[in-house]
Amino acid sequence: MTPGFPLLSTLLATPFLIAVALFFVPGRARTAIHWLSMAGATVMLLLSIAVFLAFAPATGGFQLDEQYAWLPQLGITLHLATDGIAAPLVLLTGVVIFCGTLVSLKVTHRPKDYFILLFTLVGGVYGTFLSLDLFFLFFFYEIAVLPMYLLIGVWGSSTDFGTFLRTKEYGAMKLTLVLVAGSIPVWVAIIATFLQAGAGSMDLPVLAQATYSREFQLVFYPMFMIGFGILAGLFPFHTWSPDGHVAAPTAVSMLHAGVLMKLGAFGIIRVGMLLMPEGAAAWAPVLLVLATVNVVYGALSALGQTDLKYVIGYSSVSHMGYVLMGFASMSIVGVNGAVLQMVSHGIMTALFFTLVGVVYDQAHTRLIASFGGLAQQSKLVAVMFAIAGFASLGLPGLSGFVAEFLIFVGLFERYPLFGALGIAGAAITAVYILRLMATAFFGPANPKWATLHGPNRSETLAAVILCASIFAVGLFPSLLMPAISVGVASLMSTVLGAG
Amino acid sequence: MDLSLVQPELLLVVLAFVVLGLDLLMGRGSDRAVLGWVTAFGLVWVLWFSVEQTLLGALPGGVYRVDLYTHLFRALIPLTSIFVVLLSMQYVTKRLKHAGEYYGLIVLATLAMVLMAGSSELITAYIALETLNFCLYVLASYDKPDLRSNEAGVKYIVLSALASALLLYGISFLYGITGTTSYAAISSALTAADPALAGGLTAALLLILAGLGFKLAAVPFHAWTPDVYEGAPTPVTALIAVGSKTAAFALVIRLFGEALGPAAYLWQPAMALLAVASMTYGNLVAMQQTNVKRLLAYSSISQAGYLLLALAVLSESTATAALIHLAGYAVTNLAAFACVIAYQNQTGKEDLEGFAGMAERAPLLAFGMAVALFSLAGMPLFAGFVTKFYLFIAVAQNGALWLGLVGIAVVNSMISLYYYLKVLKAAYIGTPAEAGRLSIGPVLSVTVVALVLLVFAVGLYPYPLATIIGAATDALRFRF
Repeated sequence: MTPGFPLLSTLLATPFLIAVALFFVPGRARTAIHWLSMAGATVMLLLSIAVFLAFAPATGGFQLDEQYAWLPQLGITLHLATDGIAAPLVLLTGVVIFCGTLVSLKVTHRPKDYFILLFTLVGGVYGTFLSLDLFFLFFFYEIAVLPMYLLIGVWGSSTDFGTFLRTKEYGAMKLTLVLVAGSIPVWVAIIATFLQAGAGSMDLPVLAQATYSREFQLVFYPMFMIGFGILAGLFPFHTWSPDGHVAAPTAVSMLHAGVLMKLGAFGIIRVGMLLMPEGAAAWAPVLLVLATVNVVYGALSALGQTDLKYVIGYSSVSHMGYVLMGFASMSIVGVNGAVLQMVSHGIMTALFFTLVGVVYDQAHTRLIASFGGLAQQSKLVAVMFAIAGFASLGLPGLSGFVAEFLIFVGLFERYPLFGALGIAGAAITAVYILRLMATAFFGPANPKWATLHGPNRSETLAAVILCASIFAVGLFPSLLMPAISVGVASLMSTVLGAG
Repeated sequence: MDLSLVQPELLLVVLAFVVLGLDLLMGRGSDRAVLGWVTAFGLVWVLWFSVEQTLLGALPGGVYRVDLYTHLFRALIPLTSIFVVLLSMQYVTKRLKHAGEYYGLIVLATLAMVLMAGSSELITAYIALETLNFCLYVLASYDKPDLRSNEAGVKYIVLSALASALLLYGISFLYGITGTTSYAAISSALTAADPALAGGLTAALLLILAGLGFKLAAVPFHAWTPDVYEGAPTPVTALIAVGSKTAAFALVIRLFGEALGPAAYLWQPAMALLAVASMTYGNLVAMQQTNVKRLLAYSSISQAGYLLLALAVLSESTATAALIHLAGYAVTNLAAFACVIAYQNQTGKEDLEGFAGMAERAPLLAFGMAVALFSLAGMPLFAGFVTKFYLFIAVAQNGALWLGLVGIAVVNSMISLYYYLKVLKAAYIGTPAEAGRLSIGPVLSVTVVALVLLVFAVGLYPYPLATIIGAATDALRFRF
């Protein structure tokens, strides 16, 4: 409870204030909209960095605490704080929204509405990461889902598979309804937890103090696990992810796959595992099996895709599987790896979607078979795609390696078979990434694409920032790991202590 | 008899006659738009007067009680009517004749609705309800050249008369068993009632529930709702959907809590059944609607389901929760109807296809629609999320069975998002049939903005509302 500058509420308020401010800018004033959005994104990036730096790993616990009374009748306070798990994710959000805004400067169709919705979504993301009140965590979690339908439906793109058309409306509706379906068990479990705790408070630390019977945990933990898991792309509820992410406009795919899917994973640990450690331990094997299917099946599905963006979509499913595998290992090392993987995948997938966006916006197709030798048109795109790809398949020196390595170590302690399957997933990833690069970026050039050119300046800047982040995390994991390990250690002491 | 206790109610009577009298005095061809303003300002004056009024007490014989609960509705209901009048002005000028009677009837309906909330005796409550019904029969069929409006009026009269008959029959049973019509005395009599009378009591309660279920638009007594909502002039639909429903819930909460509490074990299962049926049926049928007014009708049926769920486990805390949700529902639905009315005034369209491209032609209305529909679906930032959360927690407090029913309600709430998104799909993704911005006029613009702000206000800081409503339900004399 340090008095001082209310850093977290300022960060949380920024996207919403920008959205409100944009509301008063006339729709035709494109330049003003761009400037205001860019300024907002810059402020968010700087504040995110500030929050990350202000978190002192040596002190641990929850920091930068802020509380505001809201609805005492239900024991709801707007309680904001950050810990070693949330701080890196806040940083990730700052980076991705900054790059996402850069990439979005291309949007010419109703840019005002677009940025209002985009910033509302980001506000929801920050709120979820920073809330220590169960009501508000869910409140912001739902806000993050809220604008998706319109963002995809209005600014997205349909995919023509030749024999059939996957319209953007379909992708938008599917994503929204599946995610909202995931909210159902979460909503019920939150109410049950609040009443069971009987403390008349929605505060997570207070709720964590209460005791829940083993039976209660066995019933309600899976509701959190599956409900939040749906947003994390948990098998068999993952199919919204490729369809939705492919249909979405570039920046929305970046944010959604890069950050929003992490909200689901974050919910599982912040709410599910923290409040119901016994339930988490009991259900861990189930989560492990599902997550392994995520990894292997997601990778195999990516292998079978003909559309560039669908490959990335399925690769997200596969990579989020590693995060969930890390949770399911129930070991400190594994969960550390999972949190790092959340950051790593967030950056990497944002980079992938940026590059796919560069190609698609010019070519208006994403069929891998129709491309060839794109590297000749833009070396930059090819190189950066290769970096994202190598990070994705876990090449040492890049972000993915450290994260996946930790997850595998965590798994091999108790579940060597699943560890092996995880590694097999990484091998399949190597196949589809390398094959994709060989076909689309190298190999014989298709003269049809001779007119394609590289990314514009803002896209280049976004891609460079993301690339640099991949290297930074890969070469200097010590930038993030002290914070993460402190956060995970305090969480796991609760979880393992109870188990 | 000291009438100062009911001054606000008397002022409403005066206002109604002022409006009707002015109409009479005005020349044949004169512009009657001014009557709308007289009504609106008159209602604001009554509202201000009611809020200032601090007298509490009861009329002789306890037929009408003025407590904080009545006070709450003396504020809420005129507020609703003010918005309805603001929404009516352009519509009445463009499409309806006989503006004087129209506004006069709205004021009388307002009076009846306030009386419904304060009645603490069966006959008074019944007369208040019938007064409202008579106003609404006329208002529903006000668009004389429109066949659908006529149909709405006829349907409303026939079915509502049937419902009233059932209600009266139930009241007579109840009187037979308890020998009184006063709420407090009924509750005492029921506590001491002979168990052998349980059969007759069940019949009485079911008849009363059926009669009032009609007003609440609860399944299976909902059949009139879609046709009347669709056929009635849209501002009247707003009055029926918001004002009349609020008043009916006010009456039901007082009646079932203060009078019928001791028989709760008899009506509770029936009410829970109505709740689940209403929310599920309303939602499933709403999905297939192509007319926005019909869609809102079915949506209001399902919303009644959530409220009935709280009433099934009636207590001070669930009554508070229900009223908070009702208040949120009121501003949200008014916002939705405001957008529909403003759009309809300019384009004459009220079906989903006609809504295509609304965001291009009238961005404010599309935004208002988005806010209202997301709120109805129970999404955060807007009123619907926190009021539903409050409601569900209050209901789930009563045990595992009720948590299960809340689960059904949550599923329904999420299903409803599908058809609300269909409207937004038309509004935001569809391409407009004609180009060009619509000019919706200053009154409607301001009204839409005010309502949208209210939806946000409830959603972002519900504490003041929850406190006021908590104090109001504290004043109820529940006996179980």
